[in-house]
Amino acid sequence: MREPLRLGCGAGFAGDRLDAPIHLAEYGKLDWLVLECLAERTIALAQLRKRKDPDAGYDARLERRIEPLLPLLKRNGTRLVSNLGAANPLAAADAIVAIARRMKIPVKVAAVTGDDVLDRIDPDALSMEGGVPLASYGALVSANAYLGAEALLPAMASGADIVVTGRVADPSLFVAPIAHHYRWPLDDYDRLARATAVGHLLECAGQLCGGYFADPGRKEVPDMAHLGFPFADVDAEGAATFSKVAGTGGSITLATVKEQLLYEVTDPHAYLTPDVVADFSRVALRPLGPDRIAVGGARGAGRPAQLKVSVGYVAGYVGEGEIGYAGSNAEARARLAADIVHERLSERFSELRIDLIGATSLHGRSFEASAHPYEVRLRIAARAATADAAALVGEEVEALYTNGPAGGGGARRYVHEQIGIVSTLIDRARVSTAVTIREWAPHAETV
Amino acid sequence: MPKLYDLAHSRAGDKGNTSILSLIAYRAEDYPLLVERVTEAAVARHLAGIVQGAIKRYELPELGALQFVCEAALAGGVTTSLALDAHGKALSSALLEMEI
Repeated sequence: MREPLRLGCGAGFAGDRLDAPIHLAEYGKLDWLVLECLAERTIALAQLRKRKDPDAGYDARLERRIEPLLPLLKRNGTRLVSNLGAANPLAAADAIVAIARRMKIPVKVAAVTGDDVLDRIDPDALSMEGGVPLASYGALVSANAYLGAEALLPAMASGADIVVTGRVADPSLFVAPIAHHYRWPLDDYDRLARATAVGHLLECAGQLCGGYFADPGRKEVPDMAHLGFPFADVDAEGAATFSKVAGTGGSITLATVKEQLLYEVTDPHAYLTPDVVADFSRVALRPLGPDRIAVGGARGAGRPAQLKVSVGYVAGYVGEGEIGYAGSNAEARARLAADIVHERLSERFSELRIDLIGATSLHGRSFEASAHPYEVRLRIAARAATADAAALVGEEVEALYTNGPAGGGGARRYVHEQIGIVSTLIDRARVSTAVTIREWAPHAETV
Repeated sequence: MPKLYDLAHSRAGDKGNTSILSLIAYRAEDYPLLVERVTEAAVARHLAGIVQGAIKRYELPELGALQFVCEAALAGGVTTSLALDAHGKALSSALLEMEI
């Protein structure tokens, strides 16, 4: 059995860079490339696209991501696993096969389905956030269980070059190929916890390499415009060494690894995934050289009895308007503008959010500086049931041009549809997953 | 008065309406000071007006880090908040403004 196994991460969210995974696939000597492309809301939005078009509902940038990667993966013997199937892994598999046919590159794609549980959740089940029935939030548009490595293993075993999924717990995208390669039993919780730590450290891609870390003069990161994405060499025990391709920008240090290890961890003693309850509190980090850190010591204790389900619901529309003021008394004029709009709209909206960008937009008045900024941008936002009603907010802000305080400039207005997300739990037995193979090879064309 | 910014770095994460703030000492020898001064109560005072719920602190001596899990900190939650920074990404900077 080849050891260590090398996995790289080529995307940390749906909007992540397209060039970094290409470089990683070309020079990273990877066994597996993982693309994590689903934020909480991404799949609900994809579900809405799928309703309009049954062949849609996967990552809108799938073609742009996969086309440049396909020849590199083939040449280097690297396999790909990604949740870019979003709401429609089968259509994503078909789209990848279509690319392969066009490029004349033989490919075998495995699509993992079964995370979509909208038809089997109980609308009266209580949300984990509010403790109230799911149906009380609004019309439900999606419900996706977080699948674990178990659901992906048959796809790994199929020998597919590419495995596409919908909702999978992010670390499980990494745990599955590791557990498959080393043939770990799925109750080997210490090893699964170590692989989960690997997945957790890699899943945000550039964030391990100094992305989202830099602070000039304090936390310097070199050549961020060419930030490299990370890979890990994982041994049969689950211990791993993290690094990146030589010559890429960024840096991997004890500090960047610590920030990512703790990122979004609500309990460092019990990090829950479908695979394991992982204890990260005694993870040990050891620098081995420039941009090389060894990580080990995570422990596992069983796995959660149920799976978490992310439920999307229609939350109406948000209307926004912005306008800027400058110079002496800019802040007072922005506040006057806000008062005018508030007086005109407060009876129509239950909540009007008023931000003075440059002063109070991020943290309210908790840390408001005593010095007055040269310019202040007013932002007003409110929620409404319809797009037309939401548009009123921007219209009123724009009307400040000729009806508001002196010197307002750069008015902008926006309306967004809003999808809310809440969570619930589902019994594992109620989630049934499947693997579907789609492939193309030149000889198949002649049949 | 030194700020946390001088001693430690931080990254904010989010789950629903909960903000998770790490606080990582640059130097291992400063960790005990963080444990002593940056208590749950001190952070609650510092972030009053932002964090509406309970704050729980985890100590991670091997990493020289503290982890603060702050409930009801994101104006209702990432997906339906009217706030510009719905994820509370910038709360890490707010935490580091704390004087100790």
